Amino acid sequence: MGLLTDDQKMLQETAASFLAEEGSVGKQLRHWRDIGCKDGFGHGLWKQFAELGMTGICIPESHGGLGLGATEAALVLEEIGRNLTPSPFLATAVVGARAIAGTQHADRWFPGILTGETILALAVDEGSRHGPAQTALEAKRQGNGFVLNGCKQFVVQGASADMIVTAARTAGSLGEPEGITLFAVPRDAKGLEVENVALVDSSKAARLTFENVQLDADAVIGEVDGGWAPLKRALAAGNAGAAAELVGVASGASAMTLDYLRQRKQFGKLIGEFQALQHRAAHLYAEIEIARAAAFKAAQLLDAGDEQAELYASVAKAKSADVANFAVREGVQMHGGIGMTDEHDIGLYMKREAVLGELWGDVYYHREQVARLSGY
Amino acid sequence: MTTDLDAFRAETRTWLEANCPAEMCQPIRSEADVCWGGRNWTFQSDAQRSWLEAMAGRGWTVPDWPKDYGGGGLPAEEARVLKEEMQRIGARPPLTSFGISMLGPALLAFGTEEQKGHYLPQIARGEIRWCQGYSEPGAGSDLAGLQTKAEDKGDHWLVNGQKVWTSYADKADWIFCLVRTSTESKQGGISFLLFDMATPGVSTKPILLISGNSPFCETFLDDVKVPKDQIVGEVNKGWDVAKYLLGHEREMIAGMGLGAGGSSVTLGSVVKPADPLLRAEIAAFDVDALAFAAMSERFAAMWKAGEAHPASPSMMKYAGTELNKRRNELAVAAGGSEALEWDSERSGGGSAARNWLRSKGNSIEGGTSEIQLNIVAKHILRLPGA
Repeated sequence: MGLLTDDQKMLQETAASFLAEEGSVGKQLRHWRDIGCKDGFGHGLWKQFAELGMTGICIPESHGGLGLGATEAALVLEEIGRNLTPSPFLATAVVGARAIAGTQHADRWFPGILTGETILALAVDEGSRHGPAQTALEAKRQGNGFVLNGCKQFVVQGASADMIVTAARTAGSLGEPEGITLFAVPRDAKGLEVENVALVDSSKAARLTFENVQLDADAVIGEVDGGWAPLKRALAAGNAGAAAELVGVASGASAMTLDYLRQRKQFGKLIGEFQALQHRAAHLYAEIEIARAAAFKAAQLLDAGDEQAELYASVAKAKSADVANFAVREGVQMHGGIGMTDEHDIGLYMKREAVLGELWGDVYYHREQVARLSGY
Repeated sequence: MTTDLDAFRAETRTWLEANCPAEMCQPIRSEADVCWGGRNWTFQSDAQRSWLEAMAGRGWTVPDWPKDYGGGGLPAEEARVLKEEMQRIGARPPLTSFGISMLGPALLAFGTEEQKGHYLPQIARGEIRWCQGYSEPGAGSDLAGLQTKAEDKGDHWLVNGQKVWTSYADKADWIFCLVRTSTESKQGGISFLLFDMATPGVSTKPILLISGNSPFCETFLDDVKVPKDQIVGEVNKGWDVAKYLLGHEREMIAGMGLGAGGSSVTLGSVVKPADPLLRAEIAAFDVDALAFAAMSERFAAMWKAGEAHPASPSMMKYAGTELNKRRNELAVAAGGSEALEWDSERSGGGSAARNWLRSKGNSIEGGTSEIQLNIVAKHILRLPGA
């Protein structure tokens, strides 16, 4: 696995300066939170992403995208994480785009993603813990199409989405990977009830209730009963992406904390002079570097189509969530009282980590995956 | 370019297959299988001897050193291909030595032309086995506080003092040694000397460790006469050489975090933990170990490209050694009472217990974890007063 190419470094610099300027906590997260925005993110910024070509990173050149991959997406996501920028980038441009790539749905939705007008979402979980094989939402054949009944939850930006990639069961029984089919469900489908839920970090995730939602056969993404493989690929891309964003969250929280250690005085000394804090900060630094390397490797393996990509997506997600959690806990503690106030941004990092860490499998889920994929 | 490299690969593959004895493609089972070389080296087998001679003949014991100094003169990408091709057939390193991993790089950076021409080819051929004289009874973490003194006697240095934790001093031919040549300044009064362990006044005594082995010695230096030209770098500038060399040592020790089986072998797949709570801890460890393997790869690439922070070996050393200790704790836990057997054949002579105990030294030798954290806090994080 090599280092970044010159093109990748350029993209990283562009994303870093753009998001530090336009995606800052004050301009985006706090702004949309404080005015009670129903989306939890700004469409204007999403259009700016499109103008820079970033919404098309994972879209093939034949469809007008940049035809890049998980590594480039990770570079953008790390900056999104560092600035806590609320954005549909991960769910739409990475996971959604990957889920429909190579199918007829790509022609329908890629143009809108490229212009920054379309939002996609992924509906997989039905309980409070991630479990794609636990898909129970029923899709029954009816006439030329299907009728869907059941529930989904933790559908990130589901209430803002134009189309929701939905995992449903067309065969097999609960817990089995076989018999799952992916459907492209328009958010305004008849019989689909969408509850827009605000989460702890001011992002939005939907709870969906499907009551006799009728879909044509061409709503199927890929093969009937063959949804497991593309779902796993989309989730691996999602987890590698979430890992990169978590590394950004950890880096941002740690940078803020280090600044505080260099400014805050107690007992007539800068608190950064105390070895008790220096060692904790140095340990955290090492952990973040390791998490970044894992996230980067997962992305590179995905791009190379390597058979270890799934393993490393889980390694990256488990490690980065663990490290980001550590970074925000240390961050709030080292800030002392000010870290407990809403006015200070460090608490926002703690909230974002909680949601991203849970998304598409928490630390425990991914450790279990690593154990299983390693044969124990 | 690619075709040249492909040709080199094909040629290397053919040569290795013809020259690496089958016995030298067996995994290293214990310390006894490692070839250290030196004046008094007894080869374990003819295969070990011929493998060293064949590789040294091509300069491939140190593939990236210049040819003039006994190296292979290979550019980085060819050295990588050689490593890959050796891994492909499971070839053992033909020679392991502190001369290769520590002194050599320091001589390349700080040695005079005469020193490089004299010492480096001997290291490359495995003729001289080196040991490192750094720590002293009163200078462990505070290495620069060392007291062993070297007095300028006109035509020679007169060295008096004691070193401790000298790895394999009882087996080494020569020592690279830090000595005090001035008391005016702590770090600025240290010099870097090379001398023969057979010089009158040098004696060693092995230290028995908690693991039951004795890889380290106490080294006593009483009126040892060292020729004036056996100094590396300038007088009182030895600390620069020492620091450079410590960076290489830390890189080497950090690699141990990968575990004996290499980066892709998880602990869980080896010990197959039955207990669910232990399995959960081992899975957490394996995530950390696989993530660290990714870091090692990235670190190596960044280091070569000159993109790594100069203090980053400290971070690697800290993380790698702490990980190795954790690995051994969990391996012993998974082994249950069997892992506590000390000399039975079934336990491989107590290998689990001995490895576990030995690993405790990883975060002490080469600079403790606490010292590495100090270095990271000061040089990378730039925290005040660090």
